[in-house]
Amino acid sequence: MVEWSDQERSIINSIFASLDYEDIGPKALSRCLIVYPWTQRYFGGFGNLYNAEAIKTNPMIAAHGIKVLHGLDRAVKNMDNIKATYAELSVMHSEKLHIDPDNFKLLADCLTIVIAAKMGTAFTADIQAAFQKFLSVVVNALGRQYH
Amino acid sequence: MSLSSKDKAAVKALWAKLSKSADDIGADALGRMFQVYPSTKTYFSHWNDLSIGSGPVKKHGKTVMGGVGLAVANIDDLVKGLFELSEKHAFELRVDPANFRILTHCLLVVVASKFPADFTPEAHVAFDKFLAAVSLALSEKYR
Repeated sequence: MVEWSDQERSIINSIFASLDYEDIGPKALSRCLIVYPWTQRYFGGFGNLYNAEAIKTNPMIAAHGIKVLHGLDRAVKNMDNIKATYAELSVMHSEKLHIDPDNFKLLADCLTIVIAAKMGTAFTADIQAAFQKFLSVVVNALGRQYH
Repeated sequence: MSLSSKDKAAVKALWAKLSKSADDIGADALGRMFQVYPSTKTYFSHWNDLSIGSGPVKKHGKTVMGGVGLAVANIDDLVKGLFELSEKHAFELRVDPANFRILTHCLLVVVASKFPADFTPEAHVAFDKFLAAVSLALSEKYR
């Protein structure tokens, strides 16, 4: 069972309450595909990923980034049982999508950096700690049903 | 994943924008690292204050960024240019290399927060590759 302090809950809820999904989602996913190009292996059917500019302007990637970011909503609503909340999604990522779970961490790191860029100096160490803790619990839950 | 000439140019261009704030970046990254990754504090049990903004953290942040600046200046041969620092980390400090990745991440977060417009995905990938190469050079003599 993951223990969350009141401050951590407040930080997570606050970040997601004011999150611009249409902006952050595409930025996080495209950054991941640019910074860690091997992650492109999972996006064979997504059109032109030939260079950074193509990735940044790719509408399919943008749409998918928004979808993935909204995937975090259920964790925000179920912070006390993220493990169970993602059991089904974990099975899907393993058996249908065949995604190496290491990639979850790469995307999480890119999301952290995009949020840091958006919040600027308001992205304090406390907020970073809470956000990274939250993401690592999600990443863990998503990798849990792999076998 | 060696540095191409495009990577080196991107790193130098980014560093030109960052270098004036290097001390602040270093202090922020270190202080953040101690808070977000408490296991890293084990290397500094001899300090009296590891909190953000403390004297020791500021001083050491400056030292670390001095090393990054040295690496930028020796980007064409990091192993040679960081020779002494490499020996120091191998025989004296013996910091587990896993921690280099942790500090790298904190540096990237701080750069993103302070220079959002400059830290484009292109600059990010070049700088991440560069810091990975620096980490490798620093652990060159470990075994």
